[in-house]
Order: sequence, then structure tokens, then C-alpha cells
Amino acid sequence: MSQAIHHDEHYDAEGSKIGMWLFIFTELLLFGGLFIIYSVYRYMNPDAFHLAAEELNRTVGSINTIILLISSMTIAMSTSALQKGQKGTTILLLEITFMLGLIFLVNKYFEWGVKFDHGIFPGSQHMLDTLSQGEILFFGLYFAMTGLHAIHIIVGMIVIGFALAGVSKGKVHADRSALLENAGLYWHLVDLIWIFLFPLFYLIH
Amino acid sequence: MENEKHHIVPYRTYFYILAALLVFTLLSIEVTSIELGGLTVAAALLFASLKSFLVLTYFMHLKFDKPYIRIMVVFVLMIFLAVIIITFFDYFFR
Amino acid sequence: MQASSQIPHDVNYLDYKGKYKGLLSWILSTDHKRIALLYMFSMMTLFMVGVCLGLAMKLELIAPGKTIMGPQDYNAVFTVHGVIMIFMIVIPGLPAVFGNFLLPIMIGAKDVAFPKLNLFSWYVYIAGAVLVISSVLFGDGTPDTGWTFYAPYSFKTGTNMLPAIFGAFVLGFSSILTGLNFIVTIHRLRAPGMTWRKLPLFPWTLYGTAWIQLLATPVVGITLLLVSLERLFGIGVFDPALGGDPVLYQHLFWIYSHPAVYIMILPAMGAISEIIPTFSQKHVFGYNAIVVSTLAIAFVGYFVWGHHMFTAGMSGTAQYTFSILTFLVAIPSAIKVFNWISTMYKGSISLETPFYWAVSFIFVFMIGGLSGLVLGALATDVYVHDTAFVVAHFHFIVFGGVGFSFFAAIHYWFPKMFGRMYDKTWANVGWIFFFIGFLALYTPMFYLGLQGMPRRYYDYLEQFHSANILSTLGSWVMTFGLVITVINLFRSAKIGEIAPANPWNGKTLEWTVPSPPPVENFDVIPVYEEQDGPYEY
Repeated sequence: MSQAIHHDEHYDAEGSKIGMWLFIFTELLLFGGLFIIYSVYRYMNPDAFHLAAEELNRTVGSINTIILLISSMTIAMSTSALQKGQKGTTILLLEITFMLGLIFLVNKYFEWGVKFDHGIFPGSQHMLDTLSQGEILFFGLYFAMTGLHAIHIIVGMIVIGFALAGVSKGKVHADRSALLENAGLYWHLVDLIWIFLFPLFYLIH
Repeated sequence: MENEKHHIVPYRTYFYILAALLVFTLLSIEVTSIELGGLTVAAALLFASLKSFLVLTYFMHLKFDKPYIRIMVVFVLMIFLAVIIITFFDYFFR
Repeated sequence: MQASSQIPHDVNYLDYKGKYKGLLSWILSTDHKRIALLYMFSMMTLFMVGVCLGLAMKLELIAPGKTIMGPQDYNAVFTVHGVIMIFMIVIPGLPAVFGNFLLPIMIGAKDVAFPKLNLFSWYVYIAGAVLVISSVLFGDGTPDTGWTFYAPYSFKTGTNMLPAIFGAFVLGFSSILTGLNFIVTIHRLRAPGMTWRKLPLFPWTLYGTAWIQLLATPVVGITLLLVSLERLFGIGVFDPALGGDPVLYQHLFWIYSHPAVYIMILPAMGAISEIIPTFSQKHVFGYNAIVVSTLAIAFVGYFVWGHHMFTAGMSGTAQYTFSILTFLVAIPSAIKVFNWISTMYKGSISLETPFYWAVSFIFVFMIGGLSGLVLGALATDVYVHDTAFVVAHFHFIVFGGVGFSFFAAIHYWFPKMFGRMYDKTWANVGWIFFFIGFLALYTPMFYLGLQGMPRRYYDYLEQFHSANILSTLGSWVMTFGLVITVINLFRSAKIGEIAPANPWNGKTLEWTVPSPPPVENFDVIPVYEEQDGPYEY
């Protein structure tokens, strides 16, 4: 067995990329569990789910979808900008992404607020009195899934914040872009989940 | 292990992808407002799958990465699909 | 090229004085070897708690009626015993201890891919353990649902379930992060020339395990989270009163918890696959078959969860699908057993303690596996479901499998980990008591189960008395063997005779570094040539 020359502690961009992908897989399966529950209950209560979905505001849902899609593009562009060495553009694009995430949350907040005002929230007496079991399940899942998704948006924004700090301090640059790329991957995951949440809750009437 | 030079994706590509995503979104909203019965679910999921394919391939760079990451993604999705199908062996035949 | 670090290469990881001293030098160290020992000592402590609870249950069952505790206490004891043993000992056991210690050395790396994440995983593990223990110490009563937290009881019972459930969720996170770390390590940090087909078998099993950890754990994570939400807000997802389906909880729970059995057993098989060739001084028989069966077990194991639910009210189609799939898992498991036996055939066997443990592992694993087929067959399962037979089966597999393999591994790698030999006589004495006690403890349960004694009852009919006495006596003999083994290891780590770098003439990379290994494992990264391989005797 021969001996090779010792490497220095090196920066392994591909290693951290795989790490991020593996983490994304666990996130997919985390939501996957919820999707299994959703599909089973939808199969068991088709009419109630139909009825309950009418309650949701399509317009708000569509606007939020568009916001997330745009934010996905801006963060993807920020990686290109970084690789081209355009630091200012990178920072601008990241800030836009961050703001879009915030707008998404604000919309979500008002959307939930309206539901709460109508007495629709987990464990509410109003729901027990007026809604069928299938509808209660629908709203239980609605709050659980969009709530968990919102938490992921917040986490994604925090990660973007770190990437932003890294870029502006010059720690993240064209040759060391793993942090930004991973922030991007995570943000796209959040987008990906919403791509399925949106039709399942808002569109399937 | 040298750091391989990245493939720089032009802004234009991302812009086209976004346009396609928005078109699919609008289409799925339109399609689902027509009463199609059971097909509504299928149509909505079809558009969602198309959109997620675009996001995975271009935004998440699978097209430009080494193939084994793509293999992993497909593998994970297949496992998830298999789990759903097997779960429905119970509910579908109950 | 010179190493940038100032760490001298002749200092071993136990003596190395870093930035911190004393305890801090351990709990702030990102060295994978120190983290492995952190896991080992925390697990040892928790294991002792679990063993005491197990002994208490057996003592209760020495005679019919109330002996030392009533029904509610008995429920609490088997719940905490299960949660500790499953979530804190056997699931993380081999990967977190031996995986952490050996994976980087065996593939010729200086550390895992993300050392800080590795330390963080240990903290997450401790946080989860503390949460679970806190459910015992505070609140309105110890959890009493069994380790499975079945809905709807888990959110209807008045006991202190939330910290226990949330603790299990947090422990899952630790497991996910460890798995993630290992996959990246194996993909990125193998020594030059070490192709996938030259990867030793223990890392291979860790690789399969890591994938299960990644893909199965989140499912139970979300399920436990939903049970917590159910308790806190009543979202209705598993509550039949609100339209939820409790059987769906069981589906989701077992989508994780069945693969979890393979998280436990795969690395155990991997350790055995290292030990048998070394003590037979022979190339492992059927390397490719072992690798393929490892991956096959990991893969098929993902689709058999329903065999825990044959009596839960699933559809007939689901029942026989799961039954067939369950039988499929037996094939790769049997392939492994044949490979181990064939490796020994015509080898020059040296009868050392790790070999005894390994051979007894094969024995108990076979009994556990074959009794698993009895449970996987629909007709017999309906008869023995929720009886002592099931308890015997999974203790043979889980405790027999992981426990025997753990002790085989610790005796095998002890000289490497601590640089000292254990006392061989006492080690063998400990093993024989443990082995006999183990058989006496669990074998009667097969008989009891077939006679119809249900599990999880603190009381039983007079006709089950004699077999239960034997079982309780067995628990004492086994614990005696365990105590001898552990004391011997602790003593030997301090005063044992100094071990050479390669006491067993092993061929994998960890035997090429000094015992105990230096801080960064290798002065120079080894290179595998064409003719090199992990088992070239």
C-alpha cells in the first residue's frame, strides 16, 4: 500500500451540496407524511374536502404562488450574479428574495386571520358545531401544512440572511459560493412544496 | 479534489423558466375552475408535477450537476410514491 | 505539502491537550473519536436505566398478581423502558458509537465530512434524552402508552406525554444528522483508490443505514408532531371523534419504525461481517452478495411496515401484500448468514471473545429471524399477536442482534479505541453468563406466547407461573454477565496491558494506525492500489 501526499483541510463545495440535498430529502419526506395523510383523508371524504376548499381564497393563494415563483427566480439569479462577480447585483437579488418571502408571510397572516375571525381554527367550538368531520379534517390539515410551510419560509429567510451577510462581508464569493447555493436550494425546496400545497388546498374544488 | 468550475446559467434562462412556471400556474387555475370531476385532481397534479420538474431541473441545477444527484432525487421520489401506493392498498380495498 | 494544523502526529486522541481541559475538552471536541466515546458513555448510562426497568418488570412477573408494582406503574415502566431502549440505545447505538469512531478511519479519512455537525448531533441527542427523562420526573404522571405512542390513547391519556413525544422527535433529528454526515463522508472522503467495491462492509452497512435514517425518520417526526398538535390544539388528524383515522397513525408510525429495525440491525450485521473474516483469517465469502443483500434489506425493509398491523383492521389486500413483502426480507438476511458461515469454513479460526460474541449473534439472530417469519405469516400472527411471543421475537432480534453485536464490536475494537487489551478470561466469563441468561430470559416467552400469555400485563394466570420464574431467573443471570463484562472493560481501559496496533491481524485500514489512533488518524492519507482490498489475507 503506498502513501499519498497529505491534503490540507479543504473546502468541499460538492460535499456541502450533497449534504444540502440529503437534508432536502428529509424535508420532502417530512411533508411527504402530511401528503399521505391528506390523500388518505381526501379519498375518504371527497365531498367534505370539496366543500371546505371553497372556503379558501383562491386569489390570495394565487398571488402567493406567483410571489414564491418570482422569489425562486431571483435567488437562482443571485447565484449566477455571484459567479459573474457582480457583488452588488447579488446582494440586491437576495434582498428582493427576502422581501418577497416577507410579503408571502404577511399575506398568509391576513389569510389565517380571516379564517380565525370566522371561527375556523383548530379546536374551535364553531367548527365542531357547524362543520362535518371531513371539513374539520380539511382545516386541521390546512393549518398544519401551511403552518409548517410558513415555518420553513421563516427558516429559509434566516438562511438567506446568513448568505446575505456572507456575501456583503466578502466571505461568500465566486470561488466559495456553497453557502449561497445551499440557501438557494433550500428556498427552492420551500417553493417546491408550495407548488403542491397550492393546488391541493386552493384549486381542487 | 479540485473545485470544478461552475456552469454559469444566464439570467435569460431563469427568466424563461419563470415565464413557463407562471403560464403553468395560470393554466392550472383555469383548468380547475372548469368542472371536470375526477380529472380536476389529475390536471392540477399534472401541472404541479410539470412545475416541480422545471424547478428541480433549472432552478435547483440538476441539469448542470453530476448525474448521481439526479439519480438520488428520482430514487427518493420513487420511494415516496411506492409508500403512498402501498398505503392505499389498505384504504382502497377496505 | 505540510499540514497546516499544528497538531503533532504522535499524540493519540485520548492524551491530546487541545484548547480546553478536562470535561470541556470532550464536550467541545469535534474529533469523531471523542464524539464516539461521548455517545458511548451517555448510552451506557441510559442503558443501565433501561436494564433496571427491565429487571423491575421481570421481578414483577416472577409471580402472578401484584409483586412489586401495580398496573399503572407497570405501564409506565414498560413505556419508559421501550422509549429509552429503542430511541436512545439500539437505534443510534452502533452507528453513533462505532460508526463515528471507525467510519473515517476505515475509509482513510481524517474525520467525518461535517465535524461540527457531528458534535451538534450529540447535543441534539442529549437534548432529546433529557426531554424524555423530564417526562418521568415532572408533570402529571409517567407516560403509559408504550413506546409506540398509539393514537388516540397518546393524546387522550392524562399522563405527561408531550415531553416524551417531543423528545422522541428530537432524537430523530440527531439520527437524521448523523446519517446525513455519514453519507457525505462515504461519498466524498474515501481514500484515493478505494472504490465502492473496495469499501469495507461495516461502512457499507452504515451507508445503507444512513439512507434509512434520512428517508424514514422524517415520517415519524411529522407524525409525532401531529400527535403533539392534537394534544395541544385538537386538530383532529388522528382523533376518531373528529373524523380522523387512528389506523393511519399506525401506518405512519410504522413507516418509520419498521425501517428503524433495519437501522438497528444493519450496522450490527456490518460489525459481524468485519469480525468473522478477521478471526477466520480468510477473505470474506461473497463480498458482493453481502453488499447487495445489505442494500436489499434497506430497500425492501422500507415497504413491510404493515406487518405490525395485521390485527388493526387493514384491508385484506394490504394484509397479504405486507405478508409477502415481509417474507422477501428474509432472503437477504439468510444470504448474510450463509456468507458468515461460509467465511468460517476452512478458515484458521482463533477463538477470541469477539468471535464468541459474533457466533452467538448469528445464533440468536437466526432464532429471532425465523420467529419473525411466524409473525409475518398472516394466520399465525393473528394467533400470537400481542402475546409474549412477540416480545421474545423482538428481543431476540433487537436486543440479541444489536446487543450481541455491540459487545462483539466493543471487544473487537477495544484495543484500538483505548490502546489496551481487556482481560480475556473475565471477558469470556461475562459472555457465557450473558448468553445463558439471555436464552433463559427470552426463550420461555416463546412458549408463554404460544400458550396465550398477553404482553404488557402485570399479572397472569397461574398456568404461566413456572415459565415466568425461569425467565426472571434468566434476567438475573444475564445482568450478572453484563455487569462482569462492563466492569472488565472499564478496568481494562485503565490498567489493561498495552495493545499493539494490530492485535488480531485485521486487514482493514483502522489496524494500520497506532492504538489508540492519533488525533487526525493518518499522517498521510493511504492510497489503495489495484491489488489492495479490505479482506486480502
